Amino acid sequence: MSVTRAGKAHWRWIMTVLGVVSIAHLVPGAAGLTSSSTSSAALRLSVPILLAGLGGLFSERAGIVNIGLEGMMILGTWLAAWGGLHFGPWWGVVLGIAGGALGGLVHATVTVRLRVDHIVSGVAVNLLAAGVVRFLSAIAYEDGSAGGGITQSPRVPGAIGKLTLPFLAGGKLFGRPSADLLGWLERTGIPVVGDGAGVLRGLVSGVSWLAVIAVGLVPLSAYLLWRTSFGLRLRFGGEHPWAAHSLGVDVYRVKTGAVLISGALAGMGGAVLVFEGAGIYREGQTGGRGFIGLAALIFGNWRPAGVALGAVLFGAANALALRDERAVHALLLLVGLALALLGAGALIRRQAGRAAGTLVAAAGFLLCFAATDTIPRQLLSTLPYVVTLAVLAFAPRRLRPPAYNGVAFRPAQLE
Amino acid sequence: MTIRRLALRLLAPGVALLAAFTVSSLVLAGTGHSPTDTWSAMGRFGVRPESVVSVLNRAVPLYFAGLAAAAGFQMGLFNIGVEGQYRLAALAAAAVGAAVSLPPVLHVTLVLLVALAVGAAWAGVAAALKVRRSVHEVLSTLMLNFVATGLVAALLATGTGGAGGTAGGLAGETKLIPLSGRMPALNRLLEWIGLPFPIGSRLDGVLVLAVVAGFAYHLLIRRSCFGFELRALGVNPRAARAGGVNPVGVTVRTLLVSGALAGLVGIGPLLGNSYRYSIDFPTGLGFAGIAAALVGRNHPLGVALASLLFAFLDRSAQILDLTGVPREIVLIMEGVILLSSVVAYEVASGLIETREARLAASIDECP
Repeated sequence: MSVTRAGKAHWRWIMTVLGVVSIAHLVPGAAGLTSSSTSSAALRLSVPILLAGLGGLFSERAGIVNIGLEGMMILGTWLAAWGGLHFGPWWGVVLGIAGGALGGLVHATVTVRLRVDHIVSGVAVNLLAAGVVRFLSAIAYEDGSAGGGITQSPRVPGAIGKLTLPFLAGGKLFGRPSADLLGWLERTGIPVVGDGAGVLRGLVSGVSWLAVIAVGLVPLSAYLLWRTSFGLRLRFGGEHPWAAHSLGVDVYRVKTGAVLISGALAGMGGAVLVFEGAGIYREGQTGGRGFIGLAALIFGNWRPAGVALGAVLFGAANALALRDERAVHALLLLVGLALALLGAGALIRRQAGRAAGTLVAAAGFLLCFAATDTIPRQLLSTLPYVVTLAVLAFAPRRLRPPAYNGVAFRPAQLE
Repeated sequence: MTIRRLALRLLAPGVALLAAFTVSSLVLAGTGHSPTDTWSAMGRFGVRPESVVSVLNRAVPLYFAGLAAAAGFQMGLFNIGVEGQYRLAALAAAAVGAAVSLPPVLHVTLVLLVALAVGAAWAGVAAALKVRRSVHEVLSTLMLNFVATGLVAALLATGTGGAGGTAGGLAGETKLIPLSGRMPALNRLLEWIGLPFPIGSRLDGVLVLAVVAGFAYHLLIRRSCFGFELRALGVNPRAARAGGVNPVGVTVRTLLVSGALAGLVGIGPLLGNSYRYSIDFPTGLGFAGIAAALVGRNHPLGVALASLLFAFLDRSAQILDLTGVPREIVLIMEGVILLSSVVAYEVASGLIETREARLAASIDECP
């Protein structure tokens, strides 16, 4: 039943977005919103969030709440930079993954076998990780050579390769340059078509191999978790560990493995931050992305595709915050217009309650647009959190976390 | 039986400390530094009079944050939003404190009230989300932390946080709070009692407030009707509800109390040290306070001891710069103390439970 309805809803959304984008061409500053550089920045910034979110997915599907993702990511950034300095970038990535997994091992040991509260352990892992990397920096970079120090590493030489698709975005094919179809379309500046081409081009040109792997991990996670016996056991650990135990599943081992994978993914997210950013480790580099990953997990209703959607949304918000403030301001108008269109649609379909709510929100956004000249970018950085709070508050029925998420498991104890 | 129980309880923090010492000694030895020299240098530096004063000043914000977290823990509520609550409260208190001019005592009182109110209000958002929309408080307070961080940064950047941000207040900081709004030092008092006071150091008056808050916390949680209901909900929510406790009201009030206590975290640094809120206002106190609450087992004295321990480690680490040992070793130590004490408490309570279960079983068998 839901296939056709969901399909219709999707079409409605796509039409709304296209309509709004074409109107927005009349607003100064809005053009930057759909340029290929914006979408490529959005992709780049989404990847660490996506990896943290997938990390959270594995852990929470197995019933272990993981707010230690941030700490595991921090360990990942440090070890990735250190490994990159000594053995080259790809070994850096491997070490970053190992660092995250190490944090996962601590969290797993403490929560699974010792049954400490998951949140408590997560807070402890975060604090411990922050301390450990500071200490490691003090030892490894104490001489202050090459710009390294207590809060940052020297620049990592070398980089992860990038992928640009031939024909679509002008990538090289057998060493020869090819056509740049999307780039040409974007430069024509035709409304909607040019915008779409711009967004697409950002997604297929100059994409790091790490991003390619990360995107590939989304279907891989979905396959692993829903199509293999390993995934079934893992989700069993989150839905009903006692039932799994009674069927002979080694629940401890499954949960520990899940948290290890979780840490490894968060660590890889840290490695992406190092190699896709300035090419160094810096203190505070993660900037709460582990927590944003958790937010994407909730927003995405504990499902891989949902996590990806959340990561893209939050990454795009992040990318916009880095652009000029006029574009950010124009975004207010876009959101207002989109909401107004949706509200009008609801009015036509005589859904009075929904129409009223949406139209009021639209009026609010449009008023904000009219009343201000710029919005501080610091406020835009809070968007992922506000969106997550709104989803938690207003769409709780659509959310379905694993039934025994966060509950300590003891074989003898019956529920 | 009770003595064994007490011994188990006291054994846990002891084991945790031992584990922290062992791990950090191994790390030091592994990186080519002498553990014994390091510990003795830290110990000697940490008990100097000026160090003691510094430790007390450092412990106060941790203690407030610890009490804030502990109030929630007692009810099984996890307020990890202490961080955001205190930052927003400190900014508001700084802005209001700089904007008004009042007689000395009133001025400080007003600043305190603003901090309490803003901290409670920010926690109140989480409370409303919990009781109205059943949003788990861990998620809401976690998200609200980041919203608060962004809000504080935006207010500081645009200058509206500085009550106009004009006349002396640069972008990125509030104006200075005038003398009448600052917390007096306790130096005079100590000299009057006859304690030798180290020259150049300043014992902050907020310490008195912390002691008062500790007693108030004890009375509220252990001796009041509200505290009983709160703890009843924490131990066994179903039994408490069956006994007529209204979980909604208690949840809201607990989070408000927790937020108000969190609002006081920034008061020490604000009224005793910087007198303004700026970009480099101390951060991370909220999470450190949560650590203190966990290590101190939510008991007002335990949290005080844990806060003093963390403050002592922070202070005594400063000497390590002279010895060439990275002072960040104490960060590892604090992390290990936290992790090993929560594990030790969990293991200890598990042991107690098994013992009690065995005892109950044996009574059943031979009446």
